[in-house]
Amino acid sequence: MNQTTSTLLTWITFAPMGGAALVMVAVGLHAAGVISKEQRDQASRLIALAASGLCLALGFVLWRAFDPANPNVQFVHHFSWIPAYNIEYFLGIDGLSITLVMLSVLISFIATIASMPWWPGNAHLDEHHFTQRAVPGYMCMLLILQTGMTGVFCALDLFMFYVFWELMLLPMYFLIGIWGGARKEYAAIKFFLYTLAGSVLMLLAIIGLYYNGPQEVVDGRLAHTFNILKMAQWGRAGGYLAAPLVMGFSFVRIAWVALFIGFAIKIPMFPFHTWLPDAHVEAPTPISVILAGVLLKMGIYGILRVNFSVLPQATKWAGLAMAVFGTINIVYAAFVCLAQKDLKRMIAYSSVSHMGFCLLGMSAFTQQGIDGAVLNMWTHGLISPMLFLIVGVIYDRAHHRNIEGFGGLAARVPEYTGLLGLAFFASLGLPGLCGFISEFTVFLGALPTHQTLTIISATSVIITAAYYLWAIQRMMLGKLNEKYADLPDVNWRERLTLYPLAALIIVFGFYPQAIIGLIENSLRNLILPLQ
Amino acid sequence: MGNLESLRYFQPESVLTLAVMALFIQDLLTRHSARRVNLLTGSALAWVALTAVATYFTPTGAAQLFGGLLMHDPLRIFFAWIFLAATALTIIIVPKSGQVSHARVGEFFALLLALLLGLFLMASATDLLMVYLAIEMVSLVSYVLTGFRRADRKANEAALKYVIYGGVASGVMLYGMSILYGLFGTTRVIGPTGIGAQLSDVTTRLFMAHAFGGQPAAQLALVVAVVFVLAGIGYKIASVPFHMWCPDVYEGAPTPFTAFLSVGPKAAGFAVAIRFFFAIFEKQLPGGTYVQVSDLPWPAIVGIISAVTMTLGNFTALVQTNIKRMLAYSSIAHAGYLLMGLAAASMAGVQSILVYLMIYVLMNVGAFLVVIAVSRVTGGESINDFRGLGAKAPIAAMALTIFLFSLTGVPPFAGFTGKYLIFAALVQKGGMWNVALAVVGVLNSAISLFYYAKIIRAMYLDAPLNDTPLPVPGLYNGVLIALAIPVMVLGLYWAPLLYWAAMAFGGHIAI
Repeated sequence: MNQTTSTLLTWITFAPMGGAALVMVAVGLHAAGVISKEQRDQASRLIALAASGLCLALGFVLWRAFDPANPNVQFVHHFSWIPAYNIEYFLGIDGLSITLVMLSVLISFIATIASMPWWPGNAHLDEHHFTQRAVPGYMCMLLILQTGMTGVFCALDLFMFYVFWELMLLPMYFLIGIWGGARKEYAAIKFFLYTLAGSVLMLLAIIGLYYNGPQEVVDGRLAHTFNILKMAQWGRAGGYLAAPLVMGFSFVRIAWVALFIGFAIKIPMFPFHTWLPDAHVEAPTPISVILAGVLLKMGIYGILRVNFSVLPQATKWAGLAMAVFGTINIVYAAFVCLAQKDLKRMIAYSSVSHMGFCLLGMSAFTQQGIDGAVLNMWTHGLISPMLFLIVGVIYDRAHHRNIEGFGGLAARVPEYTGLLGLAFFASLGLPGLCGFISEFTVFLGALPTHQTLTIISATSVIITAAYYLWAIQRMMLGKLNEKYADLPDVNWRERLTLYPLAALIIVFGFYPQAIIGLIENSLRNLILPLQ
Repeated sequence: MGNLESLRYFQPESVLTLAVMALFIQDLLTRHSARRVNLLTGSALAWVALTAVATYFTPTGAAQLFGGLLMHDPLRIFFAWIFLAATALTIIIVPKSGQVSHARVGEFFALLLALLLGLFLMASATDLLMVYLAIEMVSLVSYVLTGFRRADRKANEAALKYVIYGGVASGVMLYGMSILYGLFGTTRVIGPTGIGAQLSDVTTRLFMAHAFGGQPAAQLALVVAVVFVLAGIGYKIASVPFHMWCPDVYEGAPTPFTAFLSVGPKAAGFAVAIRFFFAIFEKQLPGGTYVQVSDLPWPAIVGIISAVTMTLGNFTALVQTNIKRMLAYSSIAHAGYLLMGLAAASMAGVQSILVYLMIYVLMNVGAFLVVIAVSRVTGGESINDFRGLGAKAPIAAMALTIFLFSLTGVPPFAGFTGKYLIFAALVQKGGMWNVALAVVGVLNSAISLFYYAKIIRAMYLDAPLNDTPLPVPGLYNGVLIALAIPVMVLGLYWAPLLYWAAMAFGGHIAI
């Protein structure tokens, strides 16, 4: 079972790592005096662009070749990695992961474009701008980050999953810490500590799952396995229920909670969300884009991939709790948004609110609910990067993000205003744009199971509309703030990043079936034991 | 095995004895030579190499040497390699460190090799007296090397503190050993009449209980003896409550010796602990698993010490501004992590300790090497001296980053492998206390990130205080790269480490 069928995923995952190695070569050439500093920087940028472009192309190939009717894992690359522990190199994707792999290659490419200073109209980028400082290091970190993200979504060996999960922390720490804003050190260490604290608990749970999990004969001796699919089979059959009590609690519940906290910090779920606004506000624009677009999804993905599939009994037990926390996320964060003065902070909190929809949807254990949750990951993965890019545009020009500090910009920068309006409306759930579909599906799926909570959550739609519309009013409408009388409109770099996202937001607003068709078969299998 | 026969297995130690004398003589003879530092370094390395050859060609298998005073087995050879690696690295580092005056470098090397001899003996001692003598030999030489910079007040203070704490700890240990002698009438740990054999014999235990006027009293005497012996071991590995010497000594000693101190004697302490506990309180069943022979809760004692040690080490490290002191507390915390493996009281636990020690040598010596490289130019060791290192000395900064992340235990670096195996051993053993200990352990890893990241932040995130360049000798860069590469590779591929550890203890991979 699970013989290697394709090495495509390995290429997608490790191509950025190869790019990082090439960047190091460029650094070496510069150190040896062969190329100038300017050439080194340009080469690094080109390499990064080429590597993530290649990943995007391969991602497209993957999407075309993926068979949505087959709910099992495809594109398996499988061999033994550390035989003594029966740790395997095991990559593969099913309907759940393909959307996220696609999302991570797409968002990474857009973030890479957003890190380039080339296009005309970029005169405002001075030498202290993140696109100009320590370029090879930045590109290396960006590429390693991409490998970590894609790897998390492809890994089907729990140990490998954990390694990728942690691999992503290090570049993120440096990307925020070196190229970030005023309080970058604080934000970087806070991000790192929060995530690490969660993931070490996760590590213990993983070890517990390993030792209480299924055994198989490898090289003539009995060995446990980290294979997530085998663990899921074992979990479905109730194998983990027989595990000894841990500190007086049943093993499945303890393991479930430990894993869940690790993932919830990443989502981020109330009350573990406080790292997110800091990290977002201090991170440079492309990193915020990746953070909101891909990293947050890892939490939800982890819960679905590990908690839901391996520990279905405990998942059922915790369903209501998840829904409650999801509702708190949705409503609480929406209110917090209302109070924000910093545009980026507001959008960061709106991410917290929107990730709550995923929690609410999947905790209902209905087909629409879980479809909605995964669809919401995809739509939020398109909308929130666009929002952060929008913030980046205005911050690069005005050097502040204070909502009150603008006014009447619509007359001065019409193109920018249009894009901002589209992104805001998509995020607040205007029908015809993709945010609406996912929120609607989540509500539809959650209502039968959690009636009250869904109704409470639905009120957030109004609050969300309120904070977005209010922000538009304060920034764009009214009398033009004289300070910004000669504000330049979006340049080509920004167009290249904004328009593709805008197009996708509209496309999926009308044709969400493209995503639902990919995911529904695998998700049906996932929630079967939960219903 | 008789004395003469035993010498065949005693070759490495014999070579080392010769080496110490030869180095002293060479030091005297080359007093006026212009190239004496290079010559002495070369011959010290040659002696280490010769010892390595002798170690390599020592007959395999297990044998009791000198009538049971020492044990020759794969575990001893395993530790020998760790000690040799640490010593060789220290010798390479010393000449360019600027911390050992060139006039006295021969003395330094000779003493270092004497210390190495002591470590070899510690790793093989199976008699309580031999354990004591070996530990004392290591300690005495350590006192001298700590106070090596005679003109430095801090070095003097450190050496004095070391002597006082050492005196107390070894005194307590000796007292514990005397209680054991009183209980069992022998100082042998192994063998048919050794303490281990007696303890697993029900008749002896009944007799002992009777002699003490009841089982509880006999049990109490045994617990007291064990705790006292642990004092001596805890002093060597720097575990709470015998860690107080550690920061001062690390700060005052010449940094290359600090690097050595943080890995060599610590590893030897674990060798003694593994031998002591597994020979006395555990019995190996035919299947290979160990079972306790008495109801003495030694894993619980070790577990509590472990939890306190790592927590105290990490929390105190948080507030340090001198990097040597910070690494001292970090090494205390690491003693705690390693003790977790011992507390698992299983073959898997010991194997995880062995794997961790191999990795620990690489990353800790590496970290100290960067400290040396920085302080030989700036003259200070505070975190501020590291500001802007990322731009001034990219290779050293990147290597230190790798070592520090590895010490934290995040993948894909080797430190993660070690920590993972220790946690795995605990979870595999199962039970409420082991899992609780593992939870304390992982939370400590997360805390430790905070102070390691302070250094990384200073190197990359903070602006440098001045523009003085910071040249790093090519030799140091070479050594750093040679240490950093395995630290990265072993985080992703660690099958050989596990194999070596299994060969050293247990014979098959138990984790």
